[in-house]
Amino acid sequence: MHVSGRAQRLLQIADDELILGWRDSEWTGIAPTLEEDVAFSSIAQNEIGHARALYELAAAELGSDADALAFDRRPDEYRCAQLVELHLMDWARTIARRYLYEEADRIRIAALKAGDDAELAGLAAKIDREETYHRLHAEMWAARLRDEPRFRDALEELWPYALGVLEPDQRAELARRTGLRVESTDIVERGPHSPELAELWDEMTEVRRSVPGATW
Amino acid sequence: MTAEAVWAALDEIPDPEIPVISLVDLGVVRDVAVDGDHVRIEFTPTFLGCPALEVMRRAIEEKVEALGGEAEVAVIQDDSWSTDRISQAGREKLREAGFAPPTPRAAGPTTLVQLQSKAFRCPYCGSTETRLENIFGPTPCRSIRWCESCRQPFEQFKTI
Repeated sequence: MHVSGRAQRLLQIADDELILGWRDSEWTGIAPTLEEDVAFSSIAQNEIGHARALYELAAAELGSDADALAFDRRPDEYRCAQLVELHLMDWARTIARRYLYEEADRIRIAALKAGDDAELAGLAAKIDREETYHRLHAEMWAARLRDEPRFRDALEELWPYALGVLEPDQRAELARRTGLRVESTDIVERGPHSPELAELWDEMTEVRRSVPGATW
Repeated sequence: MTAEAVWAALDEIPDPEIPVISLVDLGVVRDVAVDGDHVRIEFTPTFLGCPALEVMRRAIEEKVEALGGEAEVAVIQDDSWSTDRISQAGREKLREAGFAPPTPRAAGPTTLVQLQSKAFRCPYCGSTETRLENIFGPTPCRSIRWCESCRQPFEQFKTI
């Protein structure tokens, strides 16, 4: 399948949102408090909604549909960054990922809003408004945990992955916002996947693969 | 078939999640254009993560078909829907059903300080002695607040 630069960019962002949405949804029912159970479920649902809207733009170009792009590709065809793939069933690391991801996503969305592609800029403006609430949640938790060693360690562990979410020219801005450093960081670049993605994909696509072509 | 007749028919479709208000009250119908039997409707989703979007879209198509028309629902995925588009009548219906209507959209993004301010009124007793309990609620468009005066939780429509 030939994929234009635009479609490739759309798939990268959509895959990030879908896979992170899936990971966040893993807290449904088992988050540390009832409020967080609701928060993570709602954030996950909304990130997957963003993925759907972005897949629809890509699908119009590729002659496909959003569900096919989300579920019918092989794991090695996904274009997500490794940050969103990691299976982190630990609260400090989960919050560190949410915080780093939202900070990176904010930079990416701002660039799309300011871009020449009117259709994508319009969608980015809508996503940006909704993300405001995700950011408030992430910032609140980051402020609450900032002096906790477990959270500091998690930020450091995930920082090389967070940089990989963005294009090289956007990384200095992420460092400025988070107070972390780009220099001497061994960045985990987008492209190769972790073994965790294949496990996630197995579970995520299981129902759809069980009856190919079914209407649900 | 006239555009007025289509608008009136669409005003009969309840919001799937909050059935006290109609899709027209909610402001998700941006435009109706009638050309013979062909009806083009511009539909602006609320939150992109809303699971009711597909249900709304189908309900619009069915309503137009019941009028004898052929519906084309164009989904407009930009920033044109805002909670400011909820009609005055819709806001009153929300309040009566126990949902605090959204505050007006500000120039900049919503802040935590704003959400923790006293600008939010309890839909049951009218008190502004309310506090934020959870930014997130049962659907993407709602937050949970607590009224200190009548000591009840209530749902607040998020401003977007």
